[in-house]
Amino acid sequence: MWPVRRKDKRDDIIMPKIEINKERCKGCRLCVVYCPKGCIRLEDFINKRGVHPVLFLDKDKKCTGCSFCAIMCPDMCIEVYK
Amino acid sequence: MSKILSKPKSMKDSSTHYCAGCGHGIVHRLICEIIDELGIREETIGIAPVGCAVIAYDYWNFDVTEAAHGRVPAVATGIKRVAPENIVFGYQGDGDLAAIGTAEIVHAANRGENITIIFVNNAVYGMTGGQMAPTTMLKQKTATTPLGRDQKTHGFPLKVCELLSVLPGVSYAERVSIHSPQNIIKAKKAIKRAFQNQIDGVGFSIVEVLSQCPTYIGLSPEDSVKWVAETMIKEYPLGVFR
Repeated sequence: MWPVRRKDKRDDIIMPKIEINKERCKGCRLCVVYCPKGCIRLEDFINKRGVHPVLFLDKDKKCTGCSFCAIMCPDMCIEVYK
Repeated sequence: MSKILSKPKSMKDSSTHYCAGCGHGIVHRLICEIIDELGIREETIGIAPVGCAVIAYDYWNFDVTEAAHGRVPAVATGIKRVAPENIVFGYQGDGDLAAIGTAEIVHAANRGENITIIFVNNAVYGMTGGQMAPTTMLKQKTATTPLGRDQKTHGFPLKVCELLSVLPGVSYAERVSIHSPQNIIKAKKAIKRAFQNQIDGVGFSIVEVLSQCPTYIGLSPEDSVKWVAETMIKEYPLGVFR
């Protein structure tokens, strides 16, 4: 049996999120530098291009959907949902 | 929850060949977003330069042709005169526009052709291996100026927007930068105005975009963006020149 998690108030709120195309990412880290909330960091694995792609990690639900990451991305790997 | 930002429709679903952190990808996307917003994808004809953006036609989902080195304004003039109902824009780098194509851009601007030129200035020759371009800054080290650019031997950086802004044929000349999200939004407005000028038949429009070249500036992508903000903008001030 999986441990049953108590439902949180925050679970009902739909927060903005981004989706990253990890095979197209070249790991330039511009989105990491320009994210004002620090929600993006580098992934542990290496993709087909031989670089560490970026990872969207938003445990504290800080992302506001400002889309700075997608504006700065030179390779159009980021899609923003709000 | 809806998608608020993704790849524009005028952009093909292919990966670009540019280095990590290169500014060309951002400028490509801005052009495609503007073409989608104006709804002119079927009428647009782009002209790709010689330089890093030489295979831009692989990334754009509208008609694109290729010109000889520096001859983008000449080819754009021909296409616009034969098909005046089409929207013709040229995409050039600094080695293409400011070095070998100086005569073409000056005379196309002087004739006041109703075309749009997007000029990407990254202060170095990218495709051929980081040699000095006319727009390289003083004391900047490149492959052909290993001790830094010296004005006695190599001359001064060429300021294209200031040079063209004195010509009566030019209707719009602006310099923008893409070193931060705020500046990218401003750059998008400038490029949109340049396209709108052509639709309205105002005349020759040029937008100079200061871009980063992390590989040949010799810095990481984030440091090269800072280098554009701190070093390049001092030499090339932003603003509307005409």
